[in-house]
This record gives sequence, C-alpha cells and structure tokens, in this order.
Amino acid sequence: MHWLFYLSFFKVLLLLAITAPVALGFGFLGAMAARSHILPLSLIGKGYIAIVRGVPDIAFFMFFVIALDQAFEWTRHKILCPEWTDPIRQGNDFIVCQAAKLPLGSAPEWVHETYGFFLAVITFSIVFGAFAANVLFGGMQAVPHAQLETAESYGMTRRQTFWRILVPQMWVYALPGLSNLWMVLIKATPLLFLLGIEDIVYWARELGAFKNPKFTQYPHGDWRMWYFLALLVFYLGMTRVSEIGLEKLMRRLSHGQATSGGELLRKETTA
Amino acid sequence: MSCIQTIQDYGLRSIGLGERAIPKADFTLCEQFTLIGSGMIWNIYFGIMALITGFFLATALAVGKASTNKWLRKPSEWFIFLFRGSPLFIQFFFAYFFFLSLKQSFPFLDALTSAWLGALIVLFFNTAAYSGEIFYGALRSIPKGDIEAADAYGMTGWARFRRIIWPTMLRLAWPAYTNEAIFLFHATTLVFFSAFPVWQQRGDALYYAGYFADKTFNPFIPYPILAFYFILLSLAVIGLFGLVNKQLNRHLPTTKRSKVKLKLNLAR
Amino acid sequence: MKKLILTTAALALGAGMAMADTVRLGTEGAYAPWNFVNDAGEIDGFERELGDELCKRASLDCEWVKNDWDSIIPNLVSGNYDAIIAGMSITDERDEVIDFTQNYTPPDPSAYVAMADGVDLAGGVIAAQTGTIQAGYVADSGATLVEFASPEETIAAVRNGEADAVLADKSFLVPFTEDGSGLLFVGDEVPLGGGVGMGIRESDGDLKEKFNAAIQSMKDDGSLNELITKWEVSSTF
Repeated sequence: MHWLFYLSFFKVLLLLAITAPVALGFGFLGAMAARSHILPLSLIGKGYIAIVRGVPDIAFFMFFVIALDQAFEWTRHKILCPEWTDPIRQGNDFIVCQAAKLPLGSAPEWVHETYGFFLAVITFSIVFGAFAANVLFGGMQAVPHAQLETAESYGMTRRQTFWRILVPQMWVYALPGLSNLWMVLIKATPLLFLLGIEDIVYWARELGAFKNPKFTQYPHGDWRMWYFLALLVFYLGMTRVSEIGLEKLMRRLSHGQATSGGELLRKETTA
Repeated sequence: MSCIQTIQDYGLRSIGLGERAIPKADFTLCEQFTLIGSGMIWNIYFGIMALITGFFLATALAVGKASTNKWLRKPSEWFIFLFRGSPLFIQFFFAYFFFLSLKQSFPFLDALTSAWLGALIVLFFNTAAYSGEIFYGALRSIPKGDIEAADAYGMTGWARFRRIIWPTMLRLAWPAYTNEAIFLFHATTLVFFSAFPVWQQRGDALYYAGYFADKTFNPFIPYPILAFYFILLSLAVIGLFGLVNKQLNRHLPTTKRSKVKLKLNLAR
Repeated sequence: MKKLILTTAALALGAGMAMADTVRLGTEGAYAPWNFVNDAGEIDGFERELGDELCKRASLDCEWVKNDWDSIIPNLVSGNYDAIIAGMSITDERDEVIDFTQNYTPPDPSAYVAMADGVDLAGGVIAAQTGTIQAGYVADSGATLVEFASPEETIAAVRNGEADAVLADKSFLVPFTEDGSGLLFVGDEVPLGGGVGMGIRESDGDLKEKFNAAIQSMKDDGSLNELITKWEVSSTF
C-alpha cells in the first residue's frame, strides 16, 4: 500500500510540471485581454485577475471541479445529442446522454482517473493563471514606453509591436514575479486532495491514521504527526532546490542587462 | 422568519451567541448570507491578531537576518526559510498533532489544541516569516544617503534605528506588506479546514459555506457568497493600508510616492 | 434524412444500453468494517463483498470508485458514478436529493464510546464526523459537538482527551473497544436513521429496481445475513 504513497509524490510533481505551462498560457491570455483596447475584453481580463485574486483559492477548489465537469458534459451533450429532448437538470440530477459522458461510461478506470487529474490541472491553471496574468501584465507595463513608440514610428502595426517588441522584452521584468509564483504553486499542491486526487496529504492521513489489527497485518497507533513531518521536509527540499535553480536562471538572464541585477553581476566580476 | 430576525439570531452564531440550533432545512439566501458572514468574525479575528503580533516578530527577524552577527542571522534565516518554504496547510496539520502530543505530557497546555490559540500561533509565526522577508528586503534597499545623513547628525544605535531606519523600512515595504495582509486573511480559511476541529458548530466562513453546500448539495450558492465576503474584506484591507501608506509617504513630493498596488509576492 | 437521424438515435441508445452495463459504485474507503482500503491498496470490507455479489445477481458489470465523504452525494447527482454504497443511513434529508434502495442492513443503533464510564453525555464534549446523522443528533442534544472530517479523527479525539465521547454507528465502534486500548461503550444506544441502503440518482429508476431485486434475493436466501454476521456490521434481518 505504501507504493501508492510514493506514487502520489510523482503525481504532485507531474501536476506541477503540467500546470506551470498551462497556467502561464492562461496568464498570457488574461494579460492580453486586460491590455486590450476593446472595452469588454479588457473588462473580462481585469475582472478575471481581480476576482480570482481577491478570493481564497480553496473557495474555488471546492466547486470548480464539479462545475467544469458539468460544463464539459453540457457542451458535449448539446453537440452530440441534439435529438435528446429530456431536460438535463431533472430535479437535483444532472443527466446527459451516454455519448456525452466524460469519460464514457465504458471507459476503464484509468481513464476516469486521468480525467480527474486533467480537471485538477485545469482548475489549478485557472486559479494560478490569474496570478500569472497579473505578473505578465506588470511585466508588459514595465517595458519602457519609448521602445513601443520607436516601433510605432518605424511603422509597425499594434499587433507587430506587441509580438516583436513587447513580448520578447517583458520576460526579464516578469521573471521575479514568475519565480515567486512557482514557489506559491508548489505550496498550493497539498490542496490537491480537495480536487479528488489521492495526493500525498490523502495518503499521509490514510496511512498515518490508527490501524486496527483486525483489518491489516501492520497495525499501529496514530502516526500522522510523523507522516506530516515527512511532508514538511519534502516541501522544504522542493523549495530549496527551486530557489537554487531559479537563482541560477536569474543570474543568467540578468547578465549584461541594464538592470540593477545586471549591474550587481558586473561589479562582482570586476571587484 | 424575517431577515432581520435571522440576523439577530445567527449574526453572532460563530462565537456562540444567539440561537443555538442552526437551520437544518429550507435554507433562505438570508440565512446563508448571515451565517457565512458570522463565520467571517473568525477570519477577521485570526487575520488581525496574527498581523499585529506578527508585525513585531517580523521586525526582529528582519533586523536579525540583516545582522552581521552569525548568532543572530542564522536563526532568523532558518525561521524564515522554515515557514516560507513549506505549505501553511501542512504547518497547520503538523502543529495540531504536535500540540496534541504536547498536551498529553503537559496538561496545562490544553488551550493549544483549540483553534483560537493553536491556529493563531501558527498564523503568527507564518506571517512573521513572510513579513520578515519583506522587511529584510526593504532594509537592504534603504538609500545609503539616509543612513549617512543620520550618521552626520550624530545619531547612533537605537535612535538611528527608530527615527531613520525603521520608518524608511516601513515605507519601502508597505506595498508588499499590504499584499501579505490580504493573503494572510485568505489563509485564515485553512484553520478549521481539516486540522483544528470545530466546536459546537462555531466555525469560520468556510465552515458554514461547507455546511450549506453539504446540506443543499449545491455548492454554487454558498461558495460564491464566501467569495463575495472575501472580496469586500480585501477591499477594506487595501483601503486601510492605503491610508497608512499615505501617512508614511506624507513628507515626499506627490510624484515620488509609492502607491499600494496589488502584487503577488507572498501567497502561501 | 429523418430515417438517418432515427438510426443514429437508435444506435446511440443501443450504445447507451451497452455502456450502462458498467455501473460505477462510489464508496468512502475509510469506514471499516463497512468499507476500507486493505494492505494491497484495494477497497475491501462488507460493502465490497456485498456490492460484488449484488452486481453478479443483477448481471451488472461493476467498478469501484473512491470518493470523499463530503462530496459523495454531489458527485453522484452530477453523474461521476452511479450508486453510493458507503454505509449511508437512509434519512429524509438525503432522500429529498437522491433515492435509496431498500435497506441492506436493518436500522441499527448508534452508540457512544468513551475512555471511562460516567461521562456526561448530555452536557459533555461529543465528537462526530461532519455531515453525519450523528453530528446532527449531537447538535440537537445539548451536548458540545466537535466535528472532524474523518471517522478516524473522531476516535483519535477521544483517545487524546479532546472529546469526552464519540457518537457513531455501533458496528464501526466495536473493533475499537476490543483492541485493549481502554475505549468502552457508555450510555444508552441511540436509534438513528432507517438502516443503510444504496444511494441512487432519482432519475435512475431502472438501476434502483435492479439493485432492489438483488438485495431482496439476498435477503430471501439468507446470504445477506451471512455476510452481515461475517463482517459484524449490524444485527441481522
């Protein structure tokens, strides 16, 4: 049974590896929307950032998974079963046609689990995408205005200016915020069990709990404190490794940049 | 039952005043708003108490981390790393079980396992570590000229710290500190979430939201109500901290004042 | 054209029937001896055996799913599995939202367990799992209710003195009183609920009938009583 516990560590790492780029994607879209000159779009972008950030993340985790699942099935139902006449909501029940079920009723268990994992990734990405959007939005604003004006005077269109001038330059400004976000993301993973994933917290509670000799060959008392101590150490290790990695990355990116970080590097090498 | 009656009965339910039995069926929107709002009392209590107590420890930690003395610096660095480097959620869990075993050996530590004290201690350490790091960053970016000017006036030691370094540190750190405060309030929802038990159904806003979601089997009403309250709370924090920020920056020309901006530095 | 649509509809229906044969059973996996996760990491217990047997009798292809107690009903109504088989007592409150099959264990008493005799059950501190009928009962009884997220934690709370006693299904408590750690039954037993049944979506009348018939056949030939005795979950019919 312990191998499930060890496996859950990989689940967490895998989720981190997938969520980070997806959340960045959401963030990029959000930041683009917030910068848009089209008012409704910019309102949507800004509203997304403000609302998600103004509310504790658990509040979202509590109902997003079911909401997303129902939204997907509802959409598929409308497309796949147009001849269906029964209402989808019958009293308390939410019923779509068999073909619209996600995953299909005949799918093996691993598909169900993968789908659950996928929903968790999307939920995490939506929440952390808002934070990423905020960071990227700040990064875009931080690019010196003169750069954009120069591009305009060269006759570039708004679109060209955005993709060729703004986007390549904003990363340096956004990186400190993004590394911070990575740390935050790591520390949010214990909430995964809320999304129906059997993660390390779930197994730490399950395995650490008092085991009755009647139902197991390995009875023991309440060991949860020690299991949670192990988790604490695991997260501290993750943080330390990330800190070292990100610092290296930052030094590399700051090299030769006309920012205070670059200036510091220059002094270090000349002194 | 009118809504005013409901508010009278349940407005203070989370601290044990008013009607004891909480509604069981046929929930009105008013009941949901009232009870979840009543739960916010706990969130606000945890947030404010942790911020006030944490502020002092944070200052000490920042000064410690910036110190040249190894015996002051190392403990501060470790403390900050420990609390910033691990999830608050796990800290709560571990602390709860730790307090439980403490209690078994020392019965007079009884109160530690109840949320009002035990969880507050964790939040206090946690926010102190996060704020300490912010203050430390601010300490390091105090303009050299300010300190040289103080030296020129013959200020040393405590006087220099209290009159020059500390106010400047606060001024520089304030925008980031505002964020910390907001995320601290968000973090208070974790208290009753799994580690600390709820007594006599006196829980925080998330507990009541969960109660309604559990009874109505419909999460789409109570959680958005919870979200609504937290957005109000965040706005209030931004407003209050903005006032302090104005006070801290009052001597500067308007263009140089740093504005409080919502930035993510510090969520847990 | 119309015919074409009809055929696809028939196909979809046919496919639906074929697929509907896989019935997903949701359980908690943390409530021994009713349902728990064994050393091999699989769901085990009274309800595992019962569920497998019921599916065999109803010739259904069944699959087991674990789900948190807190969200076990919302996930049923939104279609993530088709039946709940998790020691769930039949109550009016739940019956408004979902349907129940006939009970597969008779209404059984809940009981208090404490570390010592003479605990004040009417005014003391009583632990119960959040969202159970026992929690509702304690809240009304005038005692101080402490709620925990999992059944394990309620027991742990009594062991470490956090609570004076715990109120839960008697059968769940029995193993804890027998392991020599000092826990014992106190006070009177409390009759709660209408027995344990399987939870089914209200719109899923067919499935309910199938399981009802299967449960009835197990009641009739006495195999249900055998299972109940084997796992010591409750009194027999």
